[in-house]
Amino acid sequence: MASTGTADLHETEVAGGVRRRDFIEIAAVSAAGVGALASLLPLVSQMAPSKDVLAESTTELDISSLGVGQAIKAVFRKQPLFVRHLTPAEIAAADAVNVGDLRDPQTLAERTKEGHGTILVTMGVCTHLGCVPLGAADGENKGEFGGYFCPCHGSHYDTAARIRKGPAPANLVVPDYEFTTDTTLVIG
Amino acid sequence: MSFPWAKNYEPQAPLMKWMDEKLPLPRLVYNAIGAGYPVPRNLSYFWNFGVLAGFCLVLQIITGVVLAMHYAANAGVAFDSVEHIMRDVNWGWLMRYMHANGASFFFVVIYIHIFRGFFYSSYKAPREMVWLIGVTIFLLMMATAFMGYVLPWGQMSFWGAKVITGLFGAIPLVGEPLQVWLLGGFAPDNAALNRFFSLHFLLPFVIAGAVILHIWALHLPGSSNPTGVEVKTESDTLPFHPYFTAKDGFGLGVFLIIYFAFVFFMPNALGHPDNYIPANPLSTPAHIVPEWYFWPFYAILRAFTVDFLFIPAKLIGVLAMFAAILVWFFLPWLDKSPVRSGHYRPLFRKFFWFGLIPTMAALFYLGGAAAEEPYVMLSQIFTAYYFLHFLVILPIISSIERPEPLPFSITEAVLGHDDKAVLGASAQPAE
Repeated sequence: MASTGTADLHETEVAGGVRRRDFIEIAAVSAAGVGALASLLPLVSQMAPSKDVLAESTTELDISSLGVGQAIKAVFRKQPLFVRHLTPAEIAAADAVNVGDLRDPQTLAERTKEGHGTILVTMGVCTHLGCVPLGAADGENKGEFGGYFCPCHGSHYDTAARIRKGPAPANLVVPDYEFTTDTTLVIG
Repeated sequence: MSFPWAKNYEPQAPLMKWMDEKLPLPRLVYNAIGAGYPVPRNLSYFWNFGVLAGFCLVLQIITGVVLAMHYAANAGVAFDSVEHIMRDVNWGWLMRYMHANGASFFFVVIYIHIFRGFFYSSYKAPREMVWLIGVTIFLLMMATAFMGYVLPWGQMSFWGAKVITGLFGAIPLVGEPLQVWLLGGFAPDNAALNRFFSLHFLLPFVIAGAVILHIWALHLPGSSNPTGVEVKTESDTLPFHPYFTAKDGFGLGVFLIIYFAFVFFMPNALGHPDNYIPANPLSTPAHIVPEWYFWPFYAILRAFTVDFLFIPAKLIGVLAMFAAILVWFFLPWLDKSPVRSGHYRPLFRKFFWFGLIPTMAALFYLGGAAAEEPYVMLSQIFTAYYFLHFLVILPIISSIERPEPLPFSITEAVLGHDDKAVLGASAQPAE
């Protein structure tokens, strides 16, 4: 490094100890840094859901054949969706609970649409670790509170699909949906 | 490499001399796992497991590359392509059963290797870095094994992927977007399967790189040994080759007998029958369990069922599960006793055999059991002991324990006498 040629270059200084070479060093390192950061964007973003996955984000559902006390499993964003036609007894059971005592306080009315208070639409995805709870089909275990029961880690949901017992932190999620007619739902 | 009396590599054949000048790779091998690496002469069979683990890694890479030639990482055909391997590909059944059981046996070997480290405090100075890299390798192995188990796209594959990625959903604020990002969708699907395949192919080579660092870091101070007394003179060591290549070769033979007994006669004993059902996103198997080697940590995950202050139970469970392994990183500084080997630590030994070992055994059992009482309560008790052992009991033991007298040297431990011990006994107290 002590060769005279290199030393000459380093001694090419202008006022204030700034060498002419400083500019090219800073510019080169900055360009490399910005370039490395910019290349992160596509690398990170490619992992996010692709457009065809996102295109499946709304689902239409006809519930005209859903009788009182029945439930169906549908598919929304490749995940199960539960639609339940509550019986008067189930509604009474859900309304009898003191909301303040719940882990995730919500009334049944807040979890259904006005004018459609007997139709409970929730994701069939346990809020603990994502298993499909039992209780939507005939003969399945509905848990201690008559709603849904997740067999993976033993979370019990009540008739309003609210978490009552077990490790799940929240109620079954009510997705965005609306009634386009009295018997047709659009989810998402 | 590590001791002045290590044998020097002297190539005889002209080709090897030429090679040694251009690229001294044979020299590197000679010094690492040949006659050029002096090893404590008193190593027991518990010191076989490092070599066995290396063997398992090579086995998994070879069978895995073969499987990748026939497997199709697409959610529509993945399950069928595995059945194609089993039924149509020549020797495909053997490759798949060797790979699936190879993963289980890799973990058997690695658990014994880790618990050897616990008992003999292999993590203590000067081998802290060996230990830290080792725990990192264990974490990489867990990630690799998890993603590999997803590839057959059976029911357990799918729901395992859902539950484990669901763990990330427990992280506050960023959890759910993070989970969607990891999966490339709202639930495990083609995008997730493809990236898992890509990473499952990549990570074993990352592990192989970490293994090289692990061995490099080990060979600076040299191998530990059952007395925990450091090597003093040449009489304490033997060359790795032929003495320990022979001993490891014998151990490898025993290992292969047991391994192939599983591969040929009970290839599905360690798996789960539900994974022969194609993945169905709308139906959860009644009893989701990960592969057996994750059970202790799965038991810790499920032990937390009650919220603490503002932290939801789910998040505590996830944190505890990761902490259960991360606590190993701190062992070199939690266990301050200057004596390494459990053979000379009466109190430590009691807590090892009657505390840690039964606790791990119980957590293994509980992680595979159903999520109901009494298993949940037992998981809570043993999880509590697990953390107490590492965070409280071990530091207390190391400060109050009175260790038993150590041998002067490895030679004395082996032969019952060491001439140098007589000469230098007054000048050099036992370590």
